[in-house]
Amino acid sequence: MSAEAMAGSSIAAPRRALPSEVRAAWLFVGPGLAIIFLFFLLPIAAALLLSLTDFDLYAVADWRNLRLVGFENYSHLLRDPLFWKAMRNTVYFVLVGGPLTVVVSLAAALMISSRLTRFPGIFRTAYFAPAVTTLVAVATVWRYLYHPRFGLLNHALGMIGISPIDWLGDTRWAMPAIILLSIWKNFGANMIILAAGLQSIPEPLYEAARLEGAGWWRQLRDVTLPMLAPTFLFVAVMTCIGYFQLFAEPFVLTRQGEPLNSTLSVALLMYKQGFRFWHMGYAAAIAFVLFVVILAATTLQVRLAKRGEA
Amino acid sequence: MKRPVATFFLHAALIVTALLTILPLVWMIMASLMPAGEASSEPPPFFPSHVTFEHYRELFVRLNLGRVLFNSAFLATAVTVLSVLLNAMAGYAFAKLRFPGRGRIFGFLLGALVLPSQVAILPLFLLMRQLGLISSYWGVILPGMATIFGIFLVRQYALSIPDELLDAARIDGASEARIFAGIILPLCRPILITLAIFTFLGTWNDFFWPLVVLTDDAKYTLPVALANLFGEHVQDTEMMMAGSVLTVMPVLLLFLFLQRHYVQGLLMGSVKE
Amino acid sequence: MSGRDWLMATALAASLVSCEPRDTGVVTLRFWALGREGEVVKDLVPEFERRNPGIHVDVQQIPFLNAHEKLLTSCVGGTTPDLAQVGNTWIPELTSLGAIAPLDERVRGSATIAPTDYFPGIWDTNVAGGALYGIPWYVDTRLLFYRTDLLAEAGFPEPPRTWSQWLEAMRRIKARQGPGRFAILLPVDEHEQPVILGRELGAGLLRDGDRYGDFRSPAFRQAASFYVGLFRGGLAPAWSNSQVTNVYQQFAAGDFAFFITGPWNVGEFRRRLPPAMQGKWKTAPMPAPDGSHHWPGVSVAGGASLVLFRASRHPEEVWKLVEFLSEPAVQVRFHGLTGDLPPRASAWGFPSLAGDAQTAAFRAQLEQVAPAPKVPEWEEISVQIWQSLEPAIRGRESVDDALADLDERVDRILAKRREVLAGRRAHVR
Repeated sequence: MSAEAMAGSSIAAPRRALPSEVRAAWLFVGPGLAIIFLFFLLPIAAALLLSLTDFDLYAVADWRNLRLVGFENYSHLLRDPLFWKAMRNTVYFVLVGGPLTVVVSLAAALMISSRLTRFPGIFRTAYFAPAVTTLVAVATVWRYLYHPRFGLLNHALGMIGISPIDWLGDTRWAMPAIILLSIWKNFGANMIILAAGLQSIPEPLYEAARLEGAGWWRQLRDVTLPMLAPTFLFVAVMTCIGYFQLFAEPFVLTRQGEPLNSTLSVALLMYKQGFRFWHMGYAAAIAFVLFVVILAATTLQVRLAKRGEA
Repeated sequence: MKRPVATFFLHAALIVTALLTILPLVWMIMASLMPAGEASSEPPPFFPSHVTFEHYRELFVRLNLGRVLFNSAFLATAVTVLSVLLNAMAGYAFAKLRFPGRGRIFGFLLGALVLPSQVAILPLFLLMRQLGLISSYWGVILPGMATIFGIFLVRQYALSIPDELLDAARIDGASEARIFAGIILPLCRPILITLAIFTFLGTWNDFFWPLVVLTDDAKYTLPVALANLFGEHVQDTEMMMAGSVLTVMPVLLLFLFLQRHYVQGLLMGSVKE
Repeated sequence: MSGRDWLMATALAASLVSCEPRDTGVVTLRFWALGREGEVVKDLVPEFERRNPGIHVDVQQIPFLNAHEKLLTSCVGGTTPDLAQVGNTWIPELTSLGAIAPLDERVRGSATIAPTDYFPGIWDTNVAGGALYGIPWYVDTRLLFYRTDLLAEAGFPEPPRTWSQWLEAMRRIKARQGPGRFAILLPVDEHEQPVILGRELGAGLLRDGDRYGDFRSPAFRQAASFYVGLFRGGLAPAWSNSQVTNVYQQFAAGDFAFFITGPWNVGEFRRRLPPAMQGKWKTAPMPAPDGSHHWPGVSVAGGASLVLFRASRHPEEVWKLVEFLSEPAVQVRFHGLTGDLPPRASAWGFPSLAGDAQTAAFRAQLEQVAPAPKVPEWEEISVQIWQSLEPAIRGRESVDDALADLDERVDRILAKRREVLAGRRAHVR
């Protein structure tokens, strides 16, 4: 459903707007729109402009040191191996972490929505608890859980005979460690949304399927998943957008991209370039490239889903 | 009971998953009560050998934690109060008040939802500097005072308010402000509570923007103070855990208390896609 | 709550936010101190306040992790403190921002601070553009920490004084220790080690008035080859810092016999190594490349300085605090609390320092330290150094290719600097 259609759907019977109503309307939307414009849209437009300059420390000292460089920032970043590494890491995170998170959310949603489940509320609360926490706080806990010698995770793995893994020190395992943390933290929120979607599937559909002799798996495949598709798409798209913006987990958990940049994400690279080295123009260019990538990925997802429906 | 085997396995899976999910949080509490150094033993203990509150005491003293707690609570409350008000006003207007360009503006806002906020961080910082709001509470409050998502939530909910109700009030001579305060706000209570919870949680947990804008450590919020503690005291596991508990517990309890509304709110925002 | 209540709550909140501290006649100084020093200096402050009743010092402790970002952000945001402890490699950045005040005049008129009493290499790190911008607070340099027993078993009762001796010692130790153990720990994500080796051979690191990278100079090339050779020869493991689970345990276990690190580890080694190990480790100054170079070999001139911000409204009081912290007796007390080494030679005469066997090596090394190139981009360049050498270490690239790549990156980083210096926009300090 297009945005315009959604926006206009509330007009029931066309009626001429009274001038007093229009005045009131502007008074009501004014403050909110002003805030959004001033502190969100305007900075974004400024960021676009900034990305066309070489704003850095020298420019902070004296604005006359600022120079318009056109697309030079963009061409440089497209040739920067560190950017591509960050992009690879981020895509790895999205492509592996995204589906895993969604699948776990779906499984959890199916479990708590089952008619056989007693006390679903308790389980729902437990699964949602991680989503309520501050990432910084839980990252400290997970950092210790991941400790090669003193961590509970390696201890548990040791009990089934797996030798200790240096989760945060080994370049092969650092990103999986972050993925696991993200799944833990985010599956609850998605689960709630999917559970709501599940509840809105009409019972008669299931009955009809059962009458035809469909077992648990067939019901899932033929009734649940197709009916759940719009909600599922929503969850998938939101997760994808959020995961592309991966920043806080590597920032706190792996000391900003360690080991050896194996957990460096695009957003983290942007922060480092902008706030550590003060290449603000360059950092703004990175941010916009990220935005374009997210937009492309989202559009692709929605298109694929629509084609799947047809 | 029908299908006992399936029920058993289902509940087993549910319970195991639940335990695994809350395990890190439980260990966090356990470790925070352990004597110093105990958490870094091999094999790692789960229960404290004896319970001690020394780390909490030390945190309050060393970190000036009382001040930090106040900052987090103050900012979260201020942003919540102001943003609920502004979002409610705008959401209602988009739903029920006619004005030129309403549809186009709303559509534009929806499109802007895709923009990642990191894009705005750097110029926003420079803007705050121009306004002289760096290291001021307003630097955190102002940008949070209205959000597209908040306006969207309220608008979706307000659509269901019958027009006749509003028309009747207008005919009776009520001003728009009276209508808003007397009819809309009470009717929108569920969604407003949900929005308040969202916003409070979001502001309390927000790490990046306060990190950038609040350079004065008297104004640190909990996540920022915790991150700083983390930088220096990596060796002091138990104290770090105590800090984490203090950051997580208030909102966790708040959530447990108000979870019904939160869940409902998430549903309302999503299913109508 | 009614609408009016919301309004009142907002008004109250607004008033709380905007209230200013009342003027009580006492001058309050804001002092940003980093890391452990930030915790410890709070113990020194009461003495200062006793001597100066009209001054109160508010110490804010900032973790090292993002101190650099925080400092720069505050400069840009206009929220700088009165006084700050800064890494001395950050001084070029701060001066290019015009954030800190020159101190030559104050030093000339000071009874406490005598420039000749400071180690010259250290004092030099605070000079930018011909003017002095910081007073050294404590020094940091890097030298060898080693296992005396392992070295003796390999036939070296005395620590090596040249690179060839050093190499021979490491080879013998590795041969004795066997696979899985190494002779020396050199974290691959640190730039200090290759820079030290380069400096020992007299490499300038940057050339043409610090406008271009000079990492392909014969001196640095030789140093880089030596450095990379240690990994390729199996003498050093190709580990990053995060892959070292516990450096103290591994040193005690003999996983490596040499470690290049700084003074804070003297205290840490004493604290964290088991008692059985305490007689088996020692510090030694860096070996010189060969007999024709003076011994010890040059090391980095690290450490922290105290800087005074231009925006401070109480520069006189800040200077008093700086002088207090620079008194030799106070420096010795500070050393006792932190293990940090004083930058003043006279402080080293005190018993606690003169009698300490482990710090004696530092005393010798401090006579031979060189500052990093004084460009604001140094922080970024230092990261490029190890990032460029890492593929060479792992055998994916030749040393020459790695150095060519490094020069290219550094040249690009310095491009803006070249332009600004060329006077097309002559607005740099």
